[in-house]
Amino acid sequence: MKSNSDMTAAYIDEQLKETHFHPRSSKFNVRNAWGVWNGFKFADYYYDVDFEYFCVRNSCGTYDICPMQKYYITGADAEAMLNRMVTRDISKLKVGRVTYLCWCTDEGRMIDDGTVFKLGPNSYMLTSGSPCIAWFKKGAFGYADVKVTDMSDNIAAMAFQGPTTCEVLKKMGLDGIETLNPFNFRHFPLNGDSDKKLMVSRTGFTGDLGYELWIAPEYALELWDALYQAGENYNIHPYGELATGMVRLEAGFILPGLEFNEALKTVRFEHDQTPFQLNLGWLVDFKKPHFNGRKALLKEKEHGPEYTLVKLDIDGNKCAEGSYLYNNEKLKKHIGYITSTMWSPVVKANIALAMVETKYLKGEIWAEIYYSKEMRPHLKVAKCILRTKPFWAPARTRAKPPLPF
Amino acid sequence: MKKYDAIIIGAGHNGLTNGAYLAKAGLDVLVLEKNAYIGGAAISRELQEGWTYSSCSYMSSMLRQAIHRDLNLSKHGLVLVPFHGMVNYGTNGEALLDYSDAGVAYNHLRKHSPHDADSMFRFQADLARYAQLIRKTLMRTPPDPTSFKPRDIKELLWMAKEFWKLGEKELYEYMRFFTTSAEEFLDDYFENDLVKAAMATPGIIGTALGVYSPGSAYILLHHVMGDLDGNSGAWGLARGGMGAISNAIAGAYKEYGGEIRTNAGVDKILVENGKAVGVVLENGDELYANVVVSNLDAKRTFTKCMDKKDLPPGIYEKAENFKIRGSSGKVNIALSGLPKFINLPDNRFINRGMQSLVGSIDTMERAYDCWKRGRFSDDPFVETVIPSAWDPTVAPPGKHWMSCFVQYCPPVLSDGGWTPEKRDAFGKTVIDKIERHSPGFKDLIVHMEVRTPVEIENEVGLTEGNIFQGELTIDQLFFNRPFPGYAQYRMPVKNMYMCGASTHPGGGVSAACGANAAREILIDLKKPNSVPEDSVYDD
Repeated sequence: MKSNSDMTAAYIDEQLKETHFHPRSSKFNVRNAWGVWNGFKFADYYYDVDFEYFCVRNSCGTYDICPMQKYYITGADAEAMLNRMVTRDISKLKVGRVTYLCWCTDEGRMIDDGTVFKLGPNSYMLTSGSPCIAWFKKGAFGYADVKVTDMSDNIAAMAFQGPTTCEVLKKMGLDGIETLNPFNFRHFPLNGDSDKKLMVSRTGFTGDLGYELWIAPEYALELWDALYQAGENYNIHPYGELATGMVRLEAGFILPGLEFNEALKTVRFEHDQTPFQLNLGWLVDFKKPHFNGRKALLKEKEHGPEYTLVKLDIDGNKCAEGSYLYNNEKLKKHIGYITSTMWSPVVKANIALAMVETKYLKGEIWAEIYYSKEMRPHLKVAKCILRTKPFWAPARTRAKPPLPF
Repeated sequence: MKKYDAIIIGAGHNGLTNGAYLAKAGLDVLVLEKNAYIGGAAISRELQEGWTYSSCSYMSSMLRQAIHRDLNLSKHGLVLVPFHGMVNYGTNGEALLDYSDAGVAYNHLRKHSPHDADSMFRFQADLARYAQLIRKTLMRTPPDPTSFKPRDIKELLWMAKEFWKLGEKELYEYMRFFTTSAEEFLDDYFENDLVKAAMATPGIIGTALGVYSPGSAYILLHHVMGDLDGNSGAWGLARGGMGAISNAIAGAYKEYGGEIRTNAGVDKILVENGKAVGVVLENGDELYANVVVSNLDAKRTFTKCMDKKDLPPGIYEKAENFKIRGSSGKVNIALSGLPKFINLPDNRFINRGMQSLVGSIDTMERAYDCWKRGRFSDDPFVETVIPSAWDPTVAPPGKHWMSCFVQYCPPVLSDGGWTPEKRDAFGKTVIDKIERHSPGFKDLIVHMEVRTPVEIENEVGLTEGNIFQGELTIDQLFFNRPFPGYAQYRMPVKNMYMCGASTHPGGGVSAACGANAAREILIDLKKPNSVPEDSVYDD
């Protein structure tokens, strides 16, 4: 038997990577509840899932997005290349603005979604949950002046979300932060030092008021300290993957592996999705020049998607985890399935995202819910009500300037 | 002269809930409130600039989820935030901590008593079993056991079935549980005095009983009956204070077209030919309605707002004798910083939630002895909560407010009436006790509101300052609440109803009384029911 130190050495190569904030965030991870994201050690939760969820809805919380992929796309052809790759028209995007978008295969199946920041006239930053560098490098082929650079490890990034975030950033000395409007970003000196450029965007994945903070890795811990000092009296706390899964569902946001299967990783025919199926038709702009998947998507728009992702408010309080959906209470005709579901503590409703055959959307929707009472399975057939708006969308999220908390 | 479909007296949360469901059913409803503000005992008040006190009730657990969801209270601004960090202090300052993580909580309990740590599982299961049954009755109208009406018989059969499901042994246990004392009940589980004392505290809160008094075991259950998003027994804070609950219900009520009039205290309920026809306000105005609903407690309703001659024989006396003894006081304190408590690790969770200064079973009983002798307890049971540590909206950043629930405090002192001096002395007793557990606490005090039963009665209108609108003892529960024969929200005068905590299921911010009463009123008016079914039947 090897000694402990030998063991560590023997498995050194199998250790997960640690994010730029790890020296600080790991101190909060009292329960050692680590998961993994893109090869990084990543917290499922730190102390308590419900507490962290409520940080986002009640005070403020930070979410380490270092493992998220960040690519710089630069050069005179950057815009043309990006516009060819994504379904949205980014030629109208102004410097200092961010936009949410997605990119598809030629067959119009969604590869991933993410955001694009217009950093300068010929300079963009694209973010995505999963690595997509190969796809974008492939897309750059044939363009004379475009460079795709993987900045994922070179930018420390942190989401800062919740009703008190604007107040805390003000306290941190970010002058004029209240004038930063949704989907805008701006640079601020960290701790008054203009060499330490902190980029702040009013973006997020929570449906609540919030920001994302971007900085060079060498200042990551200084940023953490400044933020946590400013937020001390505002209940600042890191939140993990589980709380994120809750708040994003309340906001109606989608996740790979739940709502959609990334097209480039899909084995079975059409087991991936199109933006129209995901209710993201508004991201597809047919008025702009040719883009990846255009032909297929145009066809799909004409015929209508076979499935549509919808928001459901389900009777009772039993979660419809993995449930089949039917067009009546008798459960004869199967019309769809639940993708994500939860009991929402702020909305006080049993909410879900679901894929439903489009032609059945006009009729009734019933969920076949199995749940257990002390190990005995029970079946509940619950009526589902279609919701068109996000379950949680407080006025403060879009308010200009943000409302007092 | 305008005639409303319904007039509701008292804009507490049950009155507003009653109004919301009547208005939802299409009725023209007016809610009258004596104070300049609504909310009754679920209020948020800024008595010191920058601080928002939940002056009376201070936590939420019983609010029926079905009502929250049905009235869309979230849309009207209600968010219930759970909190962490429960500490129980023994006589010598020893700290018994309750962690939200079950494994961690178990480890800690073992430090006090391995026996009790194991026993806790059985205790929680037994309580959950009892609570589950009672919980199912919260949003149901109690059947009249002497009635032969099909509805009553059906309901009695339903109850019998539910009880029978417990099994024979548990049926006996259940009967015992309803009549035993908290201390005796806990004796069967725990050996450690502090564990027992900590578990006994819910058995006396709001009640003029001691831990050894028969009936206190049920009160214990009443406090763990609620849940927060499926976490049974969990308590949360209403963001913005308890007034957020009343305001959200009022928001729903107004959306359904309901009207609220404040500064409109009711002097008398008008009765003509044995029927309630309206009310006379304190300013002499007369208002008319087809239905009059009182959200006031039973004693106040019948002895203050009605003429004895308008009531059938015996009712006035029943109301006079209704057990509604005040037993608790409340101290709300604005603090310049976060107090630090002794014998606790200095982390952000355990040091800032709820501190229950229990002492021992003996301390609690001695505190009750004072009450019996017409004195406030010299070493009272104090339950403090720091809502501002969790809710950023109720105190300036870095500052805090603490809610102190104090037991016991009698409505009448044996050495004459309450005076401002005696009230201050009561407040000082509380502060001194906290200071012993949190040295330096006194230096943090910015403002303080001391409420004895007298203040609670005068401001909120609760007779004797009883927080439950009548004690929750078996003689006043279920089909005995408020009086035998009148538990179905209909009062002895035709067209008159009650919707407050004096009716089933009793005290607590559950909104169930108001909703249940609305359902009965709508039946009488032959209107479709607008009240949802409770969400507990799948559990």
